[in-house]
Formats: sequence, structure tokens, C-alpha cells
Amino acid sequence: MNRIDQLFQNKGKDILSIYFPAGYPNLNDTVPNLQLLQDKGVDLVEIGIPFSDPLADGPVIQIAAKQSLDQGMSLKLLFEQLKDVRRSITMPLILMGYWNVVFKYGVDAFLLDCQNCGIDGVILPDLPLEEYEEEFKAKFESHGVYNILLVTPQTTKQRLAKIEKAAKGFLYMVSSSATTGGALEQSTEREDYFKKVASLDIPSLIGFGIHDKASFQHASGFSNGAIIGTAFIKALAGGTASEFVDSLL
Amino acid sequence: MSKNKYAVNERGYYGRFGGAYIPELLRANVDELRENYLKIINSEQFKKDYKRLLDNYVGRPTPLTKVGNLSKRYGTNIYLKREDLTHTGAHKINNTIGQILIAKYMGKNRIIAETGAGQHGVATATVCALFGLECIVYMGALDIERQAPNVARMKMLGAKVVPAISGNQTLKDATNEAIRDWIANPNSFYLIGSVVGPHPYPDMVTRLQSIISKEIREQLTIETGNPNPDYVIACVGGGSNAAGAFYHYLDEEDVKLVAVEASGLGVNSGETAATITIGDVGFIHGSKTMLMQDEDGQITEPYSISAGLDYPGVGPLHAHLAETGRAQFLSVTDQEALDAAMILAQSEGIIPALESAHALAALEQIRFDKDDVVVVNLSGRGDKDMETYMKEINNL
Ligand SMILES: Cc1ncc(COP(=O)(O)O)c(C=O)c1O
Repeated sequence: MNRIDQLFQNKGKDILSIYFPAGYPNLNDTVPNLQLLQDKGVDLVEIGIPFSDPLADGPVIQIAAKQSLDQGMSLKLLFEQLKDVRRSITMPLILMGYWNVVFKYGVDAFLLDCQNCGIDGVILPDLPLEEYEEEFKAKFESHGVYNILLVTPQTTKQRLAKIEKAAKGFLYMVSSSATTGGALEQSTEREDYFKKVASLDIPSLIGFGIHDKASFQHASGFSNGAIIGTAFIKALAGGTASEFVDSLL
Repeated sequence: MSKNKYAVNERGYYGRFGGAYIPELLRANVDELRENYLKIINSEQFKKDYKRLLDNYVGRPTPLTKVGNLSKRYGTNIYLKREDLTHTGAHKINNTIGQILIAKYMGKNRIIAETGAGQHGVATATVCALFGLECIVYMGALDIERQAPNVARMKMLGAKVVPAISGNQTLKDATNEAIRDWIANPNSFYLIGSVVGPHPYPDMVTRLQSIISKEIREQLTIETGNPNPDYVIACVGGGSNAAGAFYHYLDEEDVKLVAVEASGLGVNSGETAATITIGDVGFIHGSKTMLMQDEDGQITEPYSISAGLDYPGVGPLHAHLAETGRAQFLSVTDQEALDAAMILAQSEGIIPALESAHALAALEQIRFDKDDVVVVNLSGRGDKDMETYMKEINNL
């Protein structure tokens, strides 16, 4: 069974997922970061594949990705770093990146390397659902790699139904109309959206704007848990990653 | 006229290029535009408003000037399509007039744009002033320094110019910032400046620029009795002036289409913007197209003396025209473009934009017949480039 499904089966709520870019803050920190997060009791990790043009990301992730690229990070190096990751890491692992990098690497090679490293899912925000289903779905499935899909407050009812049908693992519920790193808007309209997505037949995690224990708990109240990226990256940059994760739990 | 082979399909593809490779965060915004743009463009009201503004505000039709001295120099018959004579001085306004009408019909009152050289920014600020709409222009911090006169024009026109400080602080980064703004402000209208971006932008901007080839056909019919020239030559940054100049000739296979990219210091110098020549297939700003990238799929920074051609991608239509061989892609260095600008200025009394000078420089690379009819799209005037030209003159 895919580790993501296992997680949602064993622990239905308050799932804490952390995002950080590969090779950040230092080139060889990818696996040590994972170890730290696992030791602290984090449930799920999304490892960012740095990209020169991260359209959906705010300034903090942009700057972190650039630093990581400048230090020599690449998808090829990431797979080298993750070669033996399953010897020590049992949490589900997800790679999150932009389609150009994956396409350039070669979709088949990418999926094979994901499978060999024990990657459970990927988030590829700019690969459209239609293109995925027509061209790539069969390949993803044959390698056991879940394509995690995003929904936003603007996602229409019809589209939500289509996404629900195609989704694997969980839905990444984007909290608001913003790039990463914004604030978590609290309104009844927003809560209605959370409730609507939470009522679907697939688990969901809320991301974008979750930055501390209070916002984590607020989000977890409407879903199976939440994803923290920008705030964790700031903690990594400030050398307080360990304390930050403690403060969430 | 049937436009089958080179037309966009309903999913936004030209052959294998195009599409809408956008995050879900942009889906609703892009869908709203896609569902509305054709309805609006094909409506009688739009056609009437667009034509009235093009005639009386932009100054269309622009002349098709036969340039005798240049014709003599190259031993053929050369005509310039004078987009330089439009209001604000470049073809960019054909597009902004059209998109601002679409925005208005869609009930949008906040306009976002990106700009490189500042020509599209000025053209956007201009139409926003005309329609009383809020205008936010993202511009790379480096470009803000390089293009001070256009920054001043945008400000005088009432636009807010926001420096893009991410990445290398040029057009690609300004485009990223504009798209991020649109994600955060779904009720705004993103007024893109070239035939790039996710579907429907490449098709929408191509249609709005197609007035250029529509007029060329009418003018050539009067001038030579034949709407078709032997060659149409245009420079390509994102590719909007070329798309407009080619559009009505796409299915007229006897008309040779020549697209001219900027090769900067040379195609193999590492300092170039010749996307088709050195790039490969990838995804940029929501479109599957040709782009300049490294072996890890990181998009590389282009270079050209001309800020308007300084883009690492190219519109998907052009990727398709290159792949099918329908258009020939040439490239021209900084120096060749500067030389061509001097030649035009001193033989015809016309100072071209540096971008357009690249199209003129291609005349050196083609062997014409003496009876050929050659149309060069003079996409803009050189006022904005005087500082660069003065440096060149002082070095001579
Ligand atoms: C005069 C002129 N020509 C050409 C271009 C390049 O754009 P495109 O390739 O979209 O025509 C620009 C862009 O700023 C321009 O100002």
C-alpha cells in the first residue's frame, strides 16, 4: 500500500506536513532535514525541486529555491541524495516541483527514480489535469507514484468533481487566492470552502498561509491536517528548525 | 480564408505547442478569459469599438512605405509596414487597445501587465488612462534602470510601476510577478504583451495583431495588384508583431515568412536570445514551447541589446512555424542590428526601434530576386533607443 494511504488510514486527523526545498539551507541538508522532521514526529514531507521560475510561490520560497540552485542543487543530485533514504526514513515522501524540470529530466526516468528512491507522490502544480490523464497517468500508476492534485477557493463545482475523481492520496487544499507565504484568511466563506472540500470522498490537507500552531490547529479543524512551508523555511534559515517544529506539536 | 494547418485548436495547441500549463491557482482566471474572449472579439460591438479606436486613436491604417534607397541597396522591392507611426510608437498598442476592451466588457477594472523594454507597459498605461482603469506594471528592476524614459512615461500616464526583484530582474521575472499578482487578485485582468502565456493569450494577441497583415494585403493590392508579397520579415521576441504580420499569410504557402531572433553577441556566445536557434522544448509562463534552458531544466537568462527581444521563450505559434518549416528563423547580432538601424536612418530618414532593426538586418542574409516584393514589419520607432544609438555613433 502507498505510504500516503497508510498514513491517512492510521491517522485521520492533525496530520502535519512540512515543505522545504531540496538542498536548503545547505546543499547536503536534504536528508538531515528529513531525519529531523521524522524524529520530531512530523507525518509527511514535501521536498521541493528548486526551479528558476516558481510561479505559484511567494518571495520566501523563491529566495530559498534560488539559494539552493546557486549551491548546485538539481533534480539529478536530489535523486542521488535520496538513493538510500528509505533505510532511515519511513514517513511518506512527496516531491513538489514545476513541470519543466520534470519534463526536461524525462518523465520515464523521473518516475523510475521516484520509485527506486521510495517517493510516494508528486505535486506538479503546472501539469494540467487533462494532459496528465491523457498522456501520463498510466505511467505514474505503473510506478506507484501518486499525482497529488490542488484545489483552490476558485475551483468550480464541476472541476472539483473531476479532480475528486482523478485524485490519489489526498487533495492539497490551497487556503486562499495567493501564492505561498501569505496569511491564512479566516472568514465564513473560507470555512464553507474548507467544509465543501472536506466532505469529498478523499482526505485533504490545507496549505498556504499555515505558519504556527494556532493556524495549524484552525486548519486541521476543517481537514485531515495542514502543510507548512514558508514558516518552516524561515526557521531553517534562522537555524531554529528544531524549535519551530516543537512549537507546532 | 481557411486557417487549418497553423490555427490553434480548442485546447490551445499549435501542433504540439501551446496549451495552458498553469497551476490550479490560475485555472479559474484563465478559464473565465477563455470562455469570453472569442465571444467578445467576434461581437459587433467590439468590432465597432476596436476599429474606431484603431482609426482615430492609434492612427491606423499605418502606411506601407516603399523605400527606394533601401530597395536599390538590396536589389529588390522593399516595403516597410509602419507600425512605428502608431500612437506610442510600436505595434504593442494594437494589442492593448483590444485587450482593454475585452477587460471592459468582462467588467474588470484593475489591469496588470508585465513589460521588458517598457513599450508594452507604456501601451498598457496609455489605454488604462484612456479608460480610467487602475494600472499596475511589473518591470524587472534592471530594466527599470535601463529604460528610464519609458518608466517616466508610464508614471506620467498614471500607472504604478512595480520593480520585479526576483530572479535576474528582467522580463521573465516581471512576467512571473504579474502572474503572481493575478493569482492573488483573480478579479484583475492580466493584459499580456505578446503571443506568449497560457491559452487563450497566444491566440487572442495574435488575432488582435492580425490587423497588421490585413492592412498589408489591402495596401499591396493597391500598390502591386497582388495582396501577397514574396517575403514578410519580422523580428521575434515573444512574437506578437511577427504573428500579426504573418497571420493572413499563414496558409498562403508561396509567401515566405521570415522570423528574426536576436542572437545578442552571437548564437554560441552564451549571451543570446535566439530561442528557436539554440533552445529546446519546455514550459514557460504556462505554455509548451521552445525555450532557453540548461540541462537541468532551469530557464536561462537571455541577452540582447534590445530589451524587447530579451525573452527566453517564444510564442507557441512560432515554435510550430519553426518546426513545420512554415517560417524560416534567422538570427541577427547586436552589431548587425545597430548597423541596420544606421543604414535605415541615413538612407530613408527613419529611425527604427532596436527590435525592428533586427528585422532590417535580415535583409543582408537573404538573396532576393529583383522582382521580389519584400515587406519588413517596422514594429516600432527608435526614440526609446536613442541612448544606445548615441553610444554607437560616438564610437564610430
Ligand atoms: C518595437 C518592438 N518590436 C518588437 C518587440 C518584440 O515583441 P514581439 O516579439 O511580441 O513583437 C517589442 C517589445 O517590446 C518592441 O517594443
